[in-house]
Amino acid sequence: MTSAVELSGITKRFGDVVAVDNVDLSIADGEFFAMLGPSGCGKTTTLRLIAGLEFPTEGSLSIFGQEVGTLTPDKRPVNTVFQNYALFPHLTVLENVGFGLKMQGVDKETTRSRSMEMIELVQLDGLAKRKPSQMSGGQQQRVALARALVNQPKVLLLDEPLGALDLKLRQEMQLELKKLQRDVGISFVFVTHDQEEALTMADRIAVMDDGKLLQVATPEEIYERPANRFVADFIGQTNLLEGTVSDAETVILENGISVRAKNGFTAGTHVAVSLRPERAHIQSQGEFEEGWSHVNGSVETVTYLGNALIYGIKLDWMDLEVREENHPGVELHRPGAEITVSWDPEAISVVSD
Amino acid sequence: MKTVVKTDTETATATPEFEKAALRQESRRGLFLALPAYLYLIFFFVISLFIVFIYSFATRNRFGGTDLSGWNLDSYARISEPIVRDVLFRSVWLAFITTVICLVIAYPFAYFLSTRRVAVRNVMLVFVMIPFWTNFLVRNFAWRVILGNDGPLTNATEFVGLGSAELLFTQTAVVLGLVYGYLPFMILPLYAAIERIDRRLLEASRDLYGTGLQSFRHVLFPLSMPGVIAGSILVFVPSLGAYVTPEILGGAKTTLLGSYIVTQFLTARNWPFGAALSFVLMLVMLVTTIVYFRKGGRTL
Repeated sequence: MTSAVELSGITKRFGDVVAVDNVDLSIADGEFFAMLGPSGCGKTTTLRLIAGLEFPTEGSLSIFGQEVGTLTPDKRPVNTVFQNYALFPHLTVLENVGFGLKMQGVDKETTRSRSMEMIELVQLDGLAKRKPSQMSGGQQQRVALARALVNQPKVLLLDEPLGALDLKLRQEMQLELKKLQRDVGISFVFVTHDQEEALTMADRIAVMDDGKLLQVATPEEIYERPANRFVADFIGQTNLLEGTVSDAETVILENGISVRAKNGFTAGTHVAVSLRPERAHIQSQGEFEEGWSHVNGSVETVTYLGNALIYGIKLDWMDLEVREENHPGVELHRPGAEITVSWDPEAISVVSD
Repeated sequence: MKTVVKTDTETATATPEFEKAALRQESRRGLFLALPAYLYLIFFFVISLFIVFIYSFATRNRFGGTDLSGWNLDSYARISEPIVRDVLFRSVWLAFITTVICLVIAYPFAYFLSTRRVAVRNVMLVFVMIPFWTNFLVRNFAWRVILGNDGPLTNATEFVGLGSAELLFTQTAVVLGLVYGYLPFMILPLYAAIERIDRRLLEASRDLYGTGLQSFRHVLFPLSMPGVIAGSILVFVPSLGAYVTPEILGGAKTTLLGSYIVTQFLTARNWPFGAALSFVLMLVMLVTTIVYFRKGGRTL
């Protein structure tokens, strides 16, 4: 099966700056695909390359098997939902949504009826005559979606689509976008710097840093088996315990303790054990689950979140963060308490640089 | 009850009266700041304009003086005379042509400017304004040399075998001179308007299957309308009343309103008629400006 979008050896340079560095990427049809990374990592540039708003310096870029790397945006079967939407301020909602069809020379009647249908689909009925400036952020976002989808693109590109919305609206829109994507059935490629958003929405995530693609995998894989230290650190919260590989089953931590940690590195490699805060468990000193790795320390801070407690733990050689769910009857540890932190050796991952 | 707003030392609970007094004081302060400009304009513009207005209803006496008695509309009635009408229409037409040519030349330049780096832009904006450093009169005489009988232009057209281009003292020469003189007034507001437009809107247009030309027509141009309007008014209005350029480059055959009015005051010594013409000119400018703003207002 041909991929919806296929990048091979794509590089984009701006002067001396390499924004996208030799990226190979294949996005399947119907996939909800997230491009995740810190700002300046090249994710937006990659999206713009697919849209045709930038031309690659090198490499091949195809959409459903057709090479499009040198085509202008109007010649590509993709549409974009821009960051901050880029709605035309001088046009009404109806005219904004109908813009693409009008440009393609679709007759007025069809343009009107298809635009109205799309406006209904995104639940903006009755607002067709409004100007963008008279709408809320959430409504503008829907207009931007309708304006792109009315053209029935083969792939929809979204640049930080929810970035401008407040938290509650963002969470609502996450679910709605996901549903919309299932309904229209095409691939959505969306760029975000928000790892939670990527985990929630995407079928697969590409993590980028410094123009390079670090890992492309499902949210579970990215979270459970990060490809390297950057991914482990960037996705979710984690504690990185520095150490050296002793054998395929063991890592010796900085302070000399050896812990069980399955890994694929050769002995002597400098690695970090990634221990997620919610995977660690705190008990009074000396108590821990049978067969679990454990270290002793003391509670430094306790943050009460309602549904959970975040403990700042001081070990001899480093600090840890541990998250305990606030179950009924959970044991509270006060600052200063001497405790033991333990974890299931299966629940950690080992990463290198 | 206290209405003086001074709270440096005293403290008190806020009251509606206090708020009202504070607001009143704020607006009074605004008026005070605007006062110098108001006074200047009232004295030198409104009063003199009022005098001209009075004169336009007066009568010219046999000795070229003006009788401030026997008020009448005779001077305004003369505007329907063919010769006056021709001058008026010609002036409006040339001002219109000048505006259109300025717009066509300035727009691409202003767009180009807005795509450059800031440092480059500033240098280029200085270039646009350099002509202002030289006296307007001198620059018009320079055009006389360029367009003149043995000037570079005729030499060039003769050289390529097009014959002698006799432009000096024609309407074309006037338009060339006016376009040259007022082009910066078109470029600057256009540049300011285009520079403000979010580039992503053009990208969105391209992404939505718009070609470059369509993006210009449906996005860039409508959004730059405030600049188009401001620039057009800034070019049309002075072109309509232009005196120096038509006088130097136009010659006798192409009398325009500005020269015609001056003639009435200085040569014909018909002050009432000159004053009436001045008011008609102002009226045309006013109507054009209002129509233009209305039209622009709707597209925004």
